[in-house]
Amino acid sequence: MSEENIVHVSDEVFEEKVIKADQPVLVDFWAAWCGPCKAIAPTLEALADEYAGKLRVAKLDVDANPKMATKYGVRAIPTMILFKGGEIKEQITGAVGKAQIENAIKKVL
Amino acid sequence: MTSSEYDLVIIGGGPAGLTAGLYAARARLKTRLVEKLSPGGQVLTTDWVENYPGFPEGVSGFELMDKMRQQAERFDLEITSSEATAVERQGELFRLRHDGEELLSRTIVIATGALPNTLGVPGEAELTGKGVSYCATCDGPFYKESEVAVIGGGDTAAEEALFLTRFASQVHLCHRRDELRATGVLRERLKAEPKVRIHWSTTVTAIEKGESGQVSGAVLKDLKTGRTSRLPVQGVFLFVGTKPVTEFLKGFVELDSQGFVKTDPELATSQAGVWAAGDVRSKTLRQISTAVGDGAVAAYQAERYIENKFHVPRK
Repeated sequence: MSEENIVHVSDEVFEEKVIKADQPVLVDFWAAWCGPCKAIAPTLEALADEYAGKLRVAKLDVDANPKMATKYGVRAIPTMILFKGGEIKEQITGAVGKAQIENAIKKVL
Repeated sequence: MTSSEYDLVIIGGGPAGLTAGLYAARARLKTRLVEKLSPGGQVLTTDWVENYPGFPEGVSGFELMDKMRQQAERFDLEITSSEATAVERQGELFRLRHDGEELLSRTIVIATGALPNTLGVPGEAELTGKGVSYCATCDGPFYKESEVAVIGGGDTAAEEALFLTRFASQVHLCHRRDELRATGVLRERLKAEPKVRIHWSTTVTAIEKGESGQVSGAVLKDLKTGRTSRLPVQGVFLFVGTKPVTEFLKGFVELDSQGFVKTDPELATSQAGVWAAGDVRSKTLRQISTAVGDGAVAAYQAERYIENKFHVPRK
């Protein structure tokens, strides 16, 4: 398990990598100061591996990229937003278990 | 014992679970720890821990838990990232269902901990993540130069209110009683902190949504006069106690009226071969220091039980 299948996105490339992506994208809004964000990192890595080819898992550091966090009203982290065709389909706030994230993913696939 | 059977399965990887794991691994019990997230538990939401002995200057919650994990893994504790969903008896063993392959074990230590309570007021659920928060260290930096409210009067509420003064212009601490339960040193710091205003005998009755879809205020009620007022805050941080993670244990072990696991003084539950340790247990003081003590006792009791019941000589 590694970050192999995870893409790090910034404010600048968000449009290209998330909004215009041809696959659904699960964006994890996180920051280095947030313990629970670190706690869910292995879960996201596992999901990125398991759903490779069907879903992209992206991480956005809200500290370095405040524009997208503000645009999507993210004021709690971790927040995971699932985009499909540029639209928000699912949103999860807080460090939840794998099953709960997977339920959201299955709804859009 | 087949290769897929364990001496001990520990459910939960906070301070209690990791300490039970450390003791069991050192005792050379075949042990597996199952944790929903990465190990660490609620301590991961704590910015700075000042009351865990051995760290005179304090230690970050993340660093402390990372060290506890490393220490247990040094003795080959197996840790699996998976959520336990059910545990039941199967003959002389226990069967644990989780996200992965089922586990069979001779003994179980329940160390699933607790999660922050919700208040259940209008607006709270809808605005969670949009101004309502249960983790100041995660979300505090989003409230630079903002006014925020902190609800609660215990150690956690006091610590988090003080933490939030780093970012917020004003922190309103609302407590339903007319004195804080928080420990002395925290009460002193709160009094000395000009950014903190304490609202005594006050509860929150609703959280308001603004035009942006985010929190725009909180409705307060003075419990002595019955008067209501409105605080124009952008954030509401709730620290009103915890609820145990025991839903999946109903009918398996006896729980108290709040859902915490009942134990005897040696941490045995109502089910022989099962112990409970840490915040999940029915007890008076929930701290990292009390959780690690519980973890050590539970692992030791499991070891003795295995020796007696399964007649395994000490390795």
